[in-house]
Amino acid sequence: MLSYSLKRLLQAIPTMLIVITIAFFLMRVAPGGPFDGERALPPEIEANLMAAYHLDEPLPQQYLRYLGNLLQGDFGPSFKYKDFSVTELILQGFPVSLEIGGLAILLALALGLPLGIAAALNRNSAIDYAVMGTALAGIAVPNFVVAPLLALVFGVLLGWLPAGGWNDGALPNLVLPVVALSIQQIAYIARMMRASMIEVLGSHYIRTARAKGLSERLVVWRHAIRPALLPVVSYLGPAIAGIITGSVVIEQIFGIPGIGRYFVQGALNRDYTLVMGTVVFYGALIVLLNLVVDLLYSALDPQIRYDD
Amino acid sequence: MTTPLLEVDELCVDFALPHGTVSAVKHVSYRIEAGETLALVGESGSGKSVSSTAAMGLLPDLARTRGAIRFEGEDLLAATPKRLRRLRGNDIAMIFQEPMTSLNPLHRIGRQIAEVLERHRGLKGRAARERVRELLEQVGIPEPERRLDSYPRELSGGQRQRVMIAMALACEPKLLIADEPTTALDVTVQAQILALLKDLQQRYGMAILFITHDLGIVRHFADRVCVMRQGELVESGETRALFDAPRHDYTRMLIDAEPRGRKTPVTEDAPMLLEAHGVRVRFPLKKRLFRPSTYFEAVRGIELAIRRGQTVGIVGESGSGKSTLGRALLRLLDSRGDIRFEDTALGGLDSAAMRPLRSRMQVVFQDPFGSLSPRMTVGEIVGEGLRVHAPELTARERDARVQEALGEVALDPAMRRRYPHEFSGGQRQRIAIARALVLKPEFLLLDEPTSALDRSVQATVIELLRDLQRRHGLTYLFISHDLAVVRALADTVLVMKQGEVVEQGDTQALFEAPREAYTRELMRAAFLDAQTA
Amino acid sequence: MTSRSLTPDADAGMAGDSLGREAWRRLKQNKAAMASLWLLATITLVCVAGPWLTPWGLADVDWNAFGVAPTLDGGHWLGTDANGRDLLTRTLYGGRVSLSVALVATLVSLAIGVLYGAVSGYLGGRVDNLMMRFVDIMYSLPFMFLVILLMVVFGRNILLIYAAIGAVEWLDMARIVRGQTLALKRREFIEAAHALGVKDRKIVTRHLIPNAIGPVIVYVTLTVPKVILLESFLSFLGLGVQEPLTSWGVLISEGTDMMQTAPWMLLVPSVFLALTLFCLNFLGDGLRDALDPKTR
Repeated sequence: MLSYSLKRLLQAIPTMLIVITIAFFLMRVAPGGPFDGERALPPEIEANLMAAYHLDEPLPQQYLRYLGNLLQGDFGPSFKYKDFSVTELILQGFPVSLEIGGLAILLALALGLPLGIAAALNRNSAIDYAVMGTALAGIAVPNFVVAPLLALVFGVLLGWLPAGGWNDGALPNLVLPVVALSIQQIAYIARMMRASMIEVLGSHYIRTARAKGLSERLVVWRHAIRPALLPVVSYLGPAIAGIITGSVVIEQIFGIPGIGRYFVQGALNRDYTLVMGTVVFYGALIVLLNLVVDLLYSALDPQIRYDD
Repeated sequence: MTTPLLEVDELCVDFALPHGTVSAVKHVSYRIEAGETLALVGESGSGKSVSSTAAMGLLPDLARTRGAIRFEGEDLLAATPKRLRRLRGNDIAMIFQEPMTSLNPLHRIGRQIAEVLERHRGLKGRAARERVRELLEQVGIPEPERRLDSYPRELSGGQRQRVMIAMALACEPKLLIADEPTTALDVTVQAQILALLKDLQQRYGMAILFITHDLGIVRHFADRVCVMRQGELVESGETRALFDAPRHDYTRMLIDAEPRGRKTPVTEDAPMLLEAHGVRVRFPLKKRLFRPSTYFEAVRGIELAIRRGQTVGIVGESGSGKSTLGRALLRLLDSRGDIRFEDTALGGLDSAAMRPLRSRMQVVFQDPFGSLSPRMTVGEIVGEGLRVHAPELTARERDARVQEALGEVALDPAMRRRYPHEFSGGQRQRIAIARALVLKPEFLLLDEPTSALDRSVQATVIELLRDLQRRHGLTYLFISHDLAVVRALADTVLVMKQGEVVEQGDTQALFEAPREAYTRELMRAAFLDAQTA
Repeated sequence: MTSRSLTPDADAGMAGDSLGREAWRRLKQNKAAMASLWLLATITLVCVAGPWLTPWGLADVDWNAFGVAPTLDGGHWLGTDANGRDLLTRTLYGGRVSLSVALVATLVSLAIGVLYGAVSGYLGGRVDNLMMRFVDIMYSLPFMFLVILLMVVFGRNILLIYAAIGAVEWLDMARIVRGQTLALKRREFIEAAHALGVKDRKIVTRHLIPNAIGPVIVYVTLTVPKVILLESFLSFLGLGVQEPLTSWGVLISEGTDMMQTAPWMLLVPSVFLALTLFCLNFLGDGLRDALDPKTR
């Protein structure tokens, strides 16, 4: 397991290198630069600025310099937030994004799995139709529609919860963004769990379990749920990626100081280093979480052996 | 009269399907006394498995039952689910056809067996483990102590079926229901499992309800036989009496369906059609970077000679390389060694160079469901070869040839506009034969052409193949795991095991006096020694 | 098929194959899927033809109606936005953009994915290994972010949106087609065709493609809503189509800013988008059930 993890981490290096390279050169071939927006700077000052940020060097040299700094954990300075380095901005924003995203994934599992199981156990009943109908609606309504609607209804019209703002992560401020972020994933997970549960319940080994005289509760809990979880676990990778991208809009809509909004603002402002930093950080995060998901999968399924 | 162990009384089972009700079992009655073996025989769709599934209370929700199933006088159809759960695995146990998928892949086998003991005997921990170990030993699992902690995927099919048996025996049931328990296994393994069941039955004194499509097994295994057809019980009786004097036509047909007759050998001077020397086929195993590739050799140096008009049989169990050899002879697979078809050496020929020969050597595969493209009409399937080999034909002429070929295999030529999924297994196999015949080949490779078919259908396909051979002077290479079929069809036989020929010779001589131990084992497993035919 | 058809039975003379017709029959029995199909057709028709029928143009400003709520008199059935532009007209124009993106981007992903997957699966061996390795690497890229970067860098051009989204969505298609091809290659009817001496090209066109098409169709119907969602996501972030053009995502984004004073600006495009996605998902599910070989 350990050697497998190491191997996977090694394999992630070329992937990350591709991400860095694409992002770096995309940013640089773009027309416009980081100092365009402000009042036209005197040429000598702009030249000084460019030199200070090493933007006057040939591109390959800049690229290698960036890689070198990255290896030391240095994402460089932000062009727009002049008093901060990108590393600082990410470290500031990440705990907030992590809290929202982590809670959203937990909520998605906590609601999606039981709903899917309930629907599968009561196939073609009112429960099943209700769960699946709602789930389809949840998939069809994107989070950037759900979020403002939730804010409108619970924040503005009913006034139960704050319609936006962070307030240092106070619980009432958390509810709407987390719910908005998780709705689509709840729906996906419920659908997947139902489908895989139905398949497992029809399998030969469930017939064997029943033939042993086990109670229906034992058949479901001991024999059906774990195998049925496997496809859902392998879906967690895409689910996490979905929640991370979703957090970009959710943070913008609710005005939450996470990393997501840095990304959009940075991209629009040509803040090279900030955008690069967020892309690299998210890339690494997704690769790492995918590894965690795979390890979780192998813990559930003894048939998988990572021996090569 | 004493109460029988199990009494099925006027049982009817209907399935309420969306497009109407299907009667799977119609007024069926039979009884099993303690300690005896009753065989329930029937072909696919006869409803033979339904009555036992009903006894276990495991029918799907859409099933409707009438009549009664009494176990020691207690009606199981009227019993509560709770009561049924108490009986299941305890007094009535069951083993199934699918050993590969009947065990939970995520649980260790020791735990899966111990579960029964915990449920019905309250046995836990060390005591349960000890009993499980003992059970594994009884069913002949080597190293039971170690196997306790294995997962099902670490065991072979035969071993998994042994585990299922151990699980069924855990609580020493009074009745064991065995639903096609050996169908998915190789013949030699099948024989071992049957011997094991027989042995355990004597030790535990339990009754066995044995459900099968295979009459050969029944004759040696059962005390009494019930024959089912289309949901009805057509005949029942003592095994010997039923075999000696079947009263019902259907039973007689089933018994006669065991392939009979012999092939008249061709003369010594018949010209050679296909010759092979030192044929080897190997498949690369998992490739690894910077390491030499490793290979699995499926066929290891085979010598073969087939004369015009001959039928050469190849028998062997799964994994013996017999199908691989067949494909290599037709150059559907790359191989080493020499293969000559009449005067042409096939070695190294590419697909363009092979094309003219393809119309002369054709093939019929085992799986009548997989060998016909589901998106083409029967006419298009049968006519495809003509497009390649007789492109000069007009559509009208081609259609005439297709009709003629369908007529040869006794199918209504009007059916050529239909699609394969509208046909039964036997009909599809006839279509596959027509596809080969339309090219008027000299040589036919028959790769298990009857194995996926019911016995009664099998007999008609074999008759068809015989008839075609006689009329067109065809040469066959007949690959099968079924010794009875090969004996009825072949001039000479090769016995293959692990890619090599174990024994070969004239069919009659080989079957009468097999020299090699493996051949004898195969024959014993197939119960050929005791048959009169 | 044949030049003479003496008995013109139900099957004769029809070009389609009967499995396809069977699937269609099954789909017709699925009321939810059929309702979705009709609703989708209606939405598409209205979006395509609608803008010519409404009295207002995309950027026409009604100087008498700024931020008017939906009303039956005055001609603005679904209200106007803060600039006095007719919301119904704008939503229909937005629908054109969203639907055209769906169509084109799906076709792009279909073309790349089918070609890539079929080649990889058919060639097999080392080539297949390499090609699938590449797909694996692509999978682990944070694609959404690269697309956003792309939009920032090259400007908000609708052609680029087509291409970028198509280029993101082809990976699943390639995997599905490859899996199908590999599975089909092992089927005996392909071997039988080889034994008949049928040429490789014919085997691909006559045997492989027709049999792989079912899962591909199902996957296409599931790709379309994903693509629509992606486009509106980009538009919502301000990275999609540019003024004066609009799309549902842009309208929703505008509506979000105004939701406290003019909630209809959020609700109208949201309802159109959600309804379309809802129908597409229902239809996709229905098609999967209709074509699923397991239910056969």
